Amino acid sequence: MIARPYATARRTLSLSDKLMEINWGLVMLITVIACVGFAMMYSVAGGHLSPWAGKQMIRFVAGLVIMVVMACVDIRTWMEWAYPAYAMALLLLVATTVVGKVGGLGAQRWIALGPVELQPSELMKISLVLALARYLHGLGVEEVSSPAKLAIPLAMIGVPAVLVLMQPNLGTATIIGLNGVSLLFLAGLSWWWILPALGGAIASVPIAWRFLHPYQKQRILTFLNPARDALGAGWNISQAEIALGSGGLFGKGFLHGTQSRLNFLPEKQTDFIWTVIGEEFGLVGCVALLLLFAIVIGYGVRIAMSSRSQFGRLLAIGVTLNFFFYIMINASMVMGLIPVVGIPMPMISYGGTAMLSVMVGFGLLLSVHVHRQVEIPRGSGSIL
Amino acid sequence: MPLFDRKDKSRYNVFTRRTLIAGGGMAAVFATLAGRLYQLQIVEGQTFMTRAEDNRVNQRLLAPLRGLILDRFGVALADNRRNYRVLIVKEQASEGVETALDNLAHIITLSPQDRERVLRQVRQNRAFVPVTVIENLNWEAFSSVNLHLPYLPGIVPDVGETRSYPFGAEMSHIIGYVGAVTEADMKRDPNPLLSLPGFRIGKRGIEKQFDPEIRGTAGTDRVEVNAYGRVIRELSRDPGTPGDNVYLTIDSEVQDVLTRALGDQSAASVVMDVETGDVLALASTPGYDPNLFNVGISDAQWRALMTNDHDPLLNKATAGVYPPGSTFKPSVALGGIEAGFGDLQVFCPGSMRLGDHVFHCWKHSGHGLMTVTTALQQSCDVFFYTMAMRLGIDGIDASTHALGLGQPTGIELPGERAGLIPSPTWKRSVLGRPWEEGETLVTGIGQGYVLATPLQLCTMAARIASGRAVVPRLTRYIGQAPQPRRQASLLPFSPEAFKLVREGMRMAVNVPGGTAYARRITKPGYEMAGKTGTAQVLRITRAERAAGETKTNDLPWKYRDHALFISFAPVEAPKYACAVVIEHGGAIEPFQVQVARDALLFTQERDPSRLPTAYPAAVGDLDRTFAQK
Repeated sequence: MIARPYATARRTLSLSDKLMEINWGLVMLITVIACVGFAMMYSVAGGHLSPWAGKQMIRFVAGLVIMVVMACVDIRTWMEWAYPAYAMALLLLVATTVVGKVGGLGAQRWIALGPVELQPSELMKISLVLALARYLHGLGVEEVSSPAKLAIPLAMIGVPAVLVLMQPNLGTATIIGLNGVSLLFLAGLSWWWILPALGGAIASVPIAWRFLHPYQKQRILTFLNPARDALGAGWNISQAEIALGSGGLFGKGFLHGTQSRLNFLPEKQTDFIWTVIGEEFGLVGCVALLLLFAIVIGYGVRIAMSSRSQFGRLLAIGVTLNFFFYIMINASMVMGLIPVVGIPMPMISYGGTAMLSVMVGFGLLLSVHVHRQVEIPRGSGSIL
Repeated sequence: MPLFDRKDKSRYNVFTRRTLIAGGGMAAVFATLAGRLYQLQIVEGQTFMTRAEDNRVNQRLLAPLRGLILDRFGVALADNRRNYRVLIVKEQASEGVETALDNLAHIITLSPQDRERVLRQVRQNRAFVPVTVIENLNWEAFSSVNLHLPYLPGIVPDVGETRSYPFGAEMSHIIGYVGAVTEADMKRDPNPLLSLPGFRIGKRGIEKQFDPEIRGTAGTDRVEVNAYGRVIRELSRDPGTPGDNVYLTIDSEVQDVLTRALGDQSAASVVMDVETGDVLALASTPGYDPNLFNVGISDAQWRALMTNDHDPLLNKATAGVYPPGSTFKPSVALGGIEAGFGDLQVFCPGSMRLGDHVFHCWKHSGHGLMTVTTALQQSCDVFFYTMAMRLGIDGIDASTHALGLGQPTGIELPGERAGLIPSPTWKRSVLGRPWEEGETLVTGIGQGYVLATPLQLCTMAARIASGRAVVPRLTRYIGQAPQPRRQASLLPFSPEAFKLVREGMRMAVNVPGGTAYARRITKPGYEMAGKTGTAQVLRITRAERAAGETKTNDLPWKYRDHALFISFAPVEAPKYACAVVIEHGGAIEPFQVQVARDALLFTQERDPSRLPTAYPAAVGDLDRTFAQK
């Protein structure tokens, strides 16, 4: 039996202790999921590592290093960095709207920092979880529901969500909003707040409609009736459904997906990669991948529950939920359950920023796990 | 788990409860996703599989090779020519389409219009779609392009098939032509082949009549395509069945002689085998060049064809109707003899009175005493007025119908007309007036309402010559299937009646005083028998007749009489019949007789049974030939 350093809880952990404490099972699981992604990128490129799979592998290895390094950083350090990170992300987000480079679909999502192109909305997802966890760490259950204390986290969620929505990027704004509100819920927000808010949200749908961009309205209308625009936006979704559906139970086999190989699928290496899995591996493949995702989420929930600090719990569950929302929105979108929004499948879709942001999240999750016995006094939760 | 903070315990409990709720929510979402997968992949999987297959596989029709049209000796009258063409593919033109065309223009001439069209089509199509630059190149130009190919990126030489008509205008009215498919064609024929770009279907003549047989059946090419329509690979290929060849009864040499004999007249003529009904030649002049219609006729060319007063687009042999004039007399004679008037003798004083009408003979001085044979020889009108009166209009109808007039012959060409043999019933129902006896007289000399096509006249001559109800036919084989050919039934006239009429027709050509004597066939054993005819286009007025002007040759062309002639040869054992109609040919020059003479003489000389054995058929024959010498 390996001697557990946490037998003596108050002791400061050495680096080797931390490395020992990392949840390597979770790391393995993440690697397996990433490998599924590489395989699919290899397939949609017609059996070549270029242009996607090779690059993505390098990114993953870099992400793995970052993840492990982050896991070893003390959870209290993360707590200290929570607000500065949030402020930085917010600043970049504002900058994007001002000087942001016009990206795909005419949306301002990217900002160029020297040679690196950055998507501040991705950065915001993580820093919002950090900042909210830190803020809520300082509040007792009953305090969460007091209007004065609640206004601050609502603003912390609302400001970036609106900024991202203005870019416009409905998908990411939705994730930011859902993620933030979920954290409030988990921190113990009273049902007296939650139920009326839900009702209000449903009632305000017609009003929200007026604030949507024409292309977003277009997508929603197309979603409600794909035949309305069968060759335009509806084409994407119907081709995606054809790809998935034609996979059947066991799929057409690796490298044998006709829809993807013959370019009927749009964005097949990014947002629509789920349909390639469905086409080539069928229901069995898709459900297996969903199970892998579910296990990762299970790990996240367990880590959250085992943390001895409210900050750790909320941070762990926050990044886990973020991961979950990615999956939910992407899968629902490509299967025609919700309108098309530009959200990738985490760890599977091609794309550097998205992968990095997910892996940074896992780094924080691992850090919570490594430092689960660390107790943090409540006082350090105040804003100042 | 030991906790140092009491308040944290309650937070922890709330967090745990809420996390369980969230976990339940996540599980529900995952279940929904799995359910949706089940619905898409299992419940509707088969539908989507079909749709994916439809996406992927593109079935293309392959145009079958059109069957040939051949004459009776296998000479091609409608052929498939190789169409040497040059295409351009944008994505292969590494130096750009403009440069590629510039380079190509150094080798072949390229008009600015062509250039513009190519550039436009290249813009309109995807980069991998080949666009035709130029078609119908000759071999030299085409091989020159091939030679320079390494320096012409993007240029693709290609060989297609196109219809060609080597005999041009000469065969135009028999063969017809193929042309582009119109919307009306597509409505009539749902065959998807018609929608192939560049597909041609028969528009006239044999090409139209036997289009389904000549066309063949389409092949299919199943290919895998990507989302942009680019062909990735071929899955399977069925080349289809080429169309049937059509073997005609036409002898291209006879057709050639006949067409040349007609010259630049607006005329029609038919040469037929009197026993089988095989049409050896069927000419209608002027013709048109059918190749023009295939490659695309210009507006000016089309207008010239439409406004020509010689009507080059009309097949006058089957769709032109003319009063037969005196060529009608043999059929009246046949009916009269059969009705018991064979020994009728009539004195011709130059005219005949019926009621208060005077009916003139073409010979004002009169023919004197006439019998059936001399009346046919000299074409005495008064004799046939009398004969017609004795026979009556019903008798004329019966005998002329038996000889094939007044109804379509059933020749295998579209647009044949029936002509007209008038009867009292017809007149009452169409014109609403009762029949007058004078009209029986006029009908007796083939004037008045009577109308016939040159093909009907030739059929009539053939029936008189053979005594059988021969039916003209134009096709011998469609593919491997011989066209039905049955022994024609005997006509309801006695051999004696035929003998008398044939004798009269023999005398008309071969005895001095006969109307066609000047242009008879003098070669012994090849003589022809015949009957001339003149059909009035304008009624000659009493004033004109008084002034002595009864010839129409001084009138403008379109008011002149039609000149007709029916004939058969050889006289003793008739084998071939010929009918000639020269529109507005006038009456003085027996040009129409000369046409028949040339055609019938040539045809008889070509008859295999008359040919000297030029090439012994076998070694045994060769020995015998030497032995005889």
